Amino acid sequence: MDFQNILSLSLAQGLGPTAIIYALAAIGLNVHFGYTGLLNFGQAGFMMVAGYAMVSFSTIWGLSLWIGVLVGLALTVVLALLLGVPTLRLRADYLAIVTIAAAEIIRQSIGAATLSEYFGGQDGLTGFIDPFRSLNPYTGRIGIDGLVTWSAFDFWVMTVGWTLVALCCLVVWLLMRSPWGRVLKSIREDENAVRSLGKNVYSYKMQSLMLGGLFGALAGFMTALRSASIGPSFFATDVTFFAYTVLLIGGAARVLGPVVGSMIFWFLISALGVFFAQATSGADPLIPASIMTSTQASLMRFIFLGLGLMLLMIFRPQGIFGDRRELAIDAH
Amino acid sequence: MQVDPKRIGALLALVIALVTMVGGAATASAPRTAEGGAACALPQPIDDDVISILGRICDRRETPQAPVEGVSVTVEDSSGSVVGEGASEADGTFIIDLPGSSVENLGKTFTVQLDEGSLPEDTQPEVLQRKLSINLDTDQSVSFPIGAAGAADSGTAVQAAQLFVGGIVFSVLLAMAALGLSMIFGTTGLTNFSHGELVTFGAIAAYTFDQLPGTVQIGGLNATVVIAMIVAFVISGAFGWANDAALWRPLRRRGTGVIAMMIVSIGLSIFLRNVYQYFSGAGSRNYSQYSATQPWEIGPILFTPKELIVTLVGVAMLLLATSLLRFTRLGKATRAVADNPALSAATGINVEKVIAVVWIGGAALAGLSGALLGLTQGFDYQIGFKLLLLIFAAVVLGGLGTISGAIVGAFIIGLFTELSTLLVPAEFKFVGALLLLIAVLLVRPQGLLGKAQRIG
Repeated sequence: MDFQNILSLSLAQGLGPTAIIYALAAIGLNVHFGYTGLLNFGQAGFMMVAGYAMVSFSTIWGLSLWIGVLVGLALTVVLALLLGVPTLRLRADYLAIVTIAAAEIIRQSIGAATLSEYFGGQDGLTGFIDPFRSLNPYTGRIGIDGLVTWSAFDFWVMTVGWTLVALCCLVVWLLMRSPWGRVLKSIREDENAVRSLGKNVYSYKMQSLMLGGLFGALAGFMTALRSASIGPSFFATDVTFFAYTVLLIGGAARVLGPVVGSMIFWFLISALGVFFAQATSGADPLIPASIMTSTQASLMRFIFLGLGLMLLMIFRPQGIFGDRRELAIDAH
Repeated sequence: MQVDPKRIGALLALVIALVTMVGGAATASAPRTAEGGAACALPQPIDDDVISILGRICDRRETPQAPVEGVSVTVEDSSGSVVGEGASEADGTFIIDLPGSSVENLGKTFTVQLDEGSLPEDTQPEVLQRKLSINLDTDQSVSFPIGAAGAADSGTAVQAAQLFVGGIVFSVLLAMAALGLSMIFGTTGLTNFSHGELVTFGAIAAYTFDQLPGTVQIGGLNATVVIAMIVAFVISGAFGWANDAALWRPLRRRGTGVIAMMIVSIGLSIFLRNVYQYFSGAGSRNYSQYSATQPWEIGPILFTPKELIVTLVGVAMLLLATSLLRFTRLGKATRAVADNPALSAATGINVEKVIAVVWIGGAALAGLSGALLGLTQGFDYQIGFKLLLLIFAAVVLGGLGTISGAIVGAFIIGLFTELSTLLVPAEFKFVGALLLLIAVLLVRPQGLLGKAQRIG
């Protein structure tokens, strides 16, 4: 068992591009669920619309990635409108079912072979990354030797990504201490009380859905830039579920909750993955192949993840930083 | 909880009438096929690692049916490129192998197309092309009956009828799964995201029993898979009880909110799905019997005996479940709890007992639906997860928490997914069903049969 190796790989993952993507997605869910009490289970859909908008504008029409980014953000707002209109007046579980269904509609449509001319079907799209790559100021491997290092490209993605995360956290912090943010929090606590004060609850919920969706869009852009490709399998339903786990680990309704949650989540997932991979490989594995093969070992982290999400929600729903009284887990 | 007996009665009567009709027609047509003789029978499925398309072109104007020789047939994949070609033999049959191993072709859709020019002058095919979705790693049968010239416009109708039959089979299975979800929601308020895993559990339980060494003989017949279905039903019920007793009942005691429980169910879903994959692998599996059966031909429609039995069993289970809910004391108590738990507890109903029964019944139905689904199209570790959104769609469409709503919703969703492939490519069939869900929510948020109450 090479603990040095486990530590270094897990650090690389916990601070790396994947953690950034999930931090951004979870910041969006934090606005939805943490602050407003909206149960959006379709964050993967927001990510996908934005990511594909950025990429396909570049691959189909040869336009700049920046135009794709603007279109992606605009489409995210449209998607929030489309989802919000039928569901925001309904109970929380309706929004959950409709958003998860919408994310799947988007994923199956974009991944369809019929549209592969535009979106590349199940294989997805590549060949848009050069403008982004050419801006990369780094060369060689970067990091702390012997502890954790990243490739120059990954580090460039991380520089952009963590800057975005910091900006998003700042925006959320500023918004949530503004009167606007206080209305959102009051909607989470008692919708009818807010309504009786003359506020348009529906409109506030819609704005919250859009704002959180926009953070999701940033996560979608980062997904495409990180892999230098985009495909329907990047946006499976589980992505949203993982983002919720990230949010709940850090603590909902806390500005830094999603960020810390994402680092911890990916550190642990990677550590478990590497641990079980090591435990089942080699001539004389720690766990004999009759009990666990290396294929089965790769599933262990998700088994723990599912178990962890259940236990977290049961015993510490407020996560690390949260306050239990601020959690919208008792439906109205 | 409001059940409209007329609606449900009418629906079930319709289904039964349909099944009887189809069944009757099948019996009636069986001798004719036999008379057709070896010349016009479908080729036997071959058990190898390649999926073959087994086809037959017969002239139905003659009795017995006459094979049509020398018709060119092409197979295209979903992007329209030709992946296989062949021509019908002297006995009217053709066999075209799909390229690649069977696993690579799973989930894809192919179009089998007759070349109209190569048909004899005075004939017209009733169907010129058929779409095949490969869900099972066995050979696929298609039939192209040939009628008199001018009868060709029945092609869409034939295809619609074929899809309708497939839709009914799927709807019945969907309804069984949806009923459990809806009743659990009705009595406990839990939107159970791990309900799909109850479906998968049934399929895996049946498979595990099927794989045990030895076979079960009843009257000299190998009944292993039949018994496996019953085992799946029983064990799934026990699994449902265990779910409730080990997890949900303690959570209810703690007063956990419904949204917290929903997120717990997501965790459970991820956990169970990966445990299933841990033990059963990622590949698609079939039971030891009935994976490739010779279909009956009812006119131009192909229908396997297996599908008929699956449908009949499903309808019987639905009838049984709804009658139990309607007419027994416990059923009434269940509906009372679904309507108002606090009031039912006050009138002396043992709410926890009712919920336990609902969990057992709901999980048993879901498990049986998974096992039967595995029988009709094979299964893998996420068959239930893939079905989950359609189950939700059915339940929400019909009205969350209502009995009749779950069943009606399942039939609408099931038939809609199949019939929509007439107009759009098969890969969009789930998209259409989910869009239908959103459209209905816009107009009638409480669902088709739900009570108009405040749900906002």
